Amino acid sequence: MFERKFINGNAAVAHAVRMIQPEVIAAYPITPQSTIVEKVAEFIAQGELDAEYIKVESEHSALAACFGAVSAGCRVFTATSSQGLAYMCEMLPYVSGNRMPMVMAVANRGMAAPWTIWGDHQDSVSMRDQGWIQLYVENAQEAFDTCLQAYLLSEDSAVRTPVMVCLDGFVVSHTDELVELPDLQAVQQFLPTYQPLYSIDPATPFTFSIGVAPDRYMEYKYSQQLGMDAALHLIPQISARFAAIFGREQAGLIDAYRCADAEYVLVTMGSVTGTARVVADKLRSSGLKTGVLKVRSFRPFPSKALVEVLSQVKGIGILDRNYSFGNQGALGTEVKAALAGNTAQQQIINFIAGLGGRDIKPSDLELMYQKIVQAVELDTVAQPVEFIGLRG
Amino acid sequence: MINSIKELPAEELVYGSMACAGCGGNLALRLALKVLGKNTVVVTTASCLMGVTTFYPQLAFGVTCVTSVFPGTGAVVSGVVAGLKRKGREDVNVLGFVGDGGTVDIGLQALSGAMERGEKFIWLCYDNEAYMNTGTQRSGATPYGAITSTTPGGPNEMWENRPKKDMLAIAVDHGIPYVASASIAYPDDYIKKIQKAMQAPGPAYIQVLAPCPPGWGHATSQTVAMGRLAVQTGIWPLAEHEQGEFRFTHRPVNRKPVGEYLNQQGRFAHLSPETVSAIQADVDAKWDKFNSGCGF
Ligand SMILES: Cc1ncc(C[n+]2csc(CCOP(=O)(O)OP(=O)(O)O)c2C)c(N)n1
Ligand code: SF4
Ligand SMILES: [Mg+2]
Repeated sequence: MFERKFINGNAAVAHAVRMIQPEVIAAYPITPQSTIVEKVAEFIAQGELDAEYIKVESEHSALAACFGAVSAGCRVFTATSSQGLAYMCEMLPYVSGNRMPMVMAVANRGMAAPWTIWGDHQDSVSMRDQGWIQLYVENAQEAFDTCLQAYLLSEDSAVRTPVMVCLDGFVVSHTDELVELPDLQAVQQFLPTYQPLYSIDPATPFTFSIGVAPDRYMEYKYSQQLGMDAALHLIPQISARFAAIFGREQAGLIDAYRCADAEYVLVTMGSVTGTARVVADKLRSSGLKTGVLKVRSFRPFPSKALVEVLSQVKGIGILDRNYSFGNQGALGTEVKAALAGNTAQQQIINFIAGLGGRDIKPSDLELMYQKIVQAVELDTVAQPVEFIGLRG
Repeated sequence: MINSIKELPAEELVYGSMACAGCGGNLALRLALKVLGKNTVVVTTASCLMGVTTFYPQLAFGVTCVTSVFPGTGAVVSGVVAGLKRKGREDVNVLGFVGDGGTVDIGLQALSGAMERGEKFIWLCYDNEAYMNTGTQRSGATPYGAITSTTPGGPNEMWENRPKKDMLAIAVDHGIPYVASASIAYPDDYIKKIQKAMQAPGPAYIQVLAPCPPGWGHATSQTVAMGRLAVQTGIWPLAEHEQGEFRFTHRPVNRKPVGEYLNQQGRFAHLSPETVSAIQADVDAKWDKFNSGCGF
């Protein structure tokens, strides 16, 4: 049983939160995230969700309050974007280092300066190394579905790692689409109530988040990697279970579109994936063997799954909506690292596009494919990192 | 009601702390937990007292302790309060135990948010008047005239040239039900205030002056003496603001000259007689205001 609603990505996340039933919510408004927490507040006001809503005075406090509530054994939720995520930065490794289950929606937005409210992945990608799982979605339905899966993943006893569900600002967060909302019972069957490993109980006092010396610190960090390893394993399983219950295919770690026989593949994250598929289809009809590989899980990074798809591909384009200044796009670095040691002769170009909300048009994507094809034909890459769509 | 330290339980809920000998902050924590008892969660943050109590394997707390980031204690407190409410454990005392830096400077925003939200918690600021954990740098609570490692002495007279931030007044202005100043040198007064804080229907803020031998430059045996002199000279009045009413809980009859307090501490050793007189004039002016009926 499900209901179909014409809603945007932020509303889809809010509906997911309503069904997931976190006990404590703390968040601070920022465009393009704000309508998530507004909608969640409305659900509480209307009696559709029973949760403590802490009216914090900043994002730093939002995550700190969530941290406190998880210590007390609660399931929590927060959401942010851009400057807000940067402001939370200090808290991010405190949450992950304490192996606290938690889900945060990130409505992606570029980083100032120059200030912008529009979308790219710079905000969450630059938090890559804070120990959070990062899942990138491409539309409102996937945002909804992924929030549900994210809690199951985060709360798994072997994972116990917080998750960011990243949705592109405006393109996903504010664009209305038809979204299927399952009924509450099905959600509860999929996602059982949260069972904390440890929580505040005066009868058995613990000290939460201790200090350690060099003789112990590394083991804690290694244990976080074990959590990531477990997540890598579990993400496809959870997606499969979700698909079985709700009848919608899920991407798992990656989604490979027409890649089986592809010679030219564009690797993407987020909402541009849909457009890329349309472009790949069009180029296929003109005889080019094109495909699209979407990375849904950026952390943990699915190197093995990626290599399985890409190892025989002749030309690879990696599309980044972020940039690591002084080098290249983050996804570019990661995909190349995953392919290191692959013996096939391949041409790889890292494309940078869509920064600060600039449209990535079908013609831009076509141009990227052309550049890949050309590199394969010439057997060389003229420019390994290329900005696409710059003003002339 | 526990009226005297003689009535406090023998059991220590902070034991094996690595604090310096004569640490006023450690004494403030020990006494507070003896009053609050085991049904308490301590939320603490980067500070001397976190460093000396939560470093594995020498974990010193006999109650639950949650440590977190330096600017965020107020918000962590709110999260713990909300979480315990969800779990039906509103009976648990939630104590924010935080230094002056974590209270009046970097933690002020989150604390302000928590006070404004009005949740029930106790904030105990142990005030040693500088960032001791990181090596005695000045904080907003460092008093006028003090030498710290970022307000050093020397020919350019960089010593602290601004008065101590008046956090008690800031707390009162948040309209919370209970605000008090206290001193480790007046334990009976202090433990009564902790009990009032426990009974308060919302946020309770207590700032307890906690001398620090290495930071202030006095002998480890003189911690209580320094605390007492701060009160006897009128530099640190003992008072409370309860449900809108201000009152002194201990009023020095004949205030001693401030020099008796300042002259015994290394951090004030450089002060000229003129500066000591100026500090005396400030203290006198403050008491004139008190005597004309002003509170914190
Ligand atoms: C964001 C951040 N900035 C700086 C520090 C370094 N730091 C740790 S404790 C401390 C000073 C603590 O001062 P206070 O709150 O007065 O407590 P005390 O150590 O004096 O008891 C500082 C600056 C930190 N831990 N986090
Ligand atoms: S430096 Fe001061 S505050 Fe810190 S432990 Fe020593 S006496 Fe206590
Ligand atoms: Mg201090």
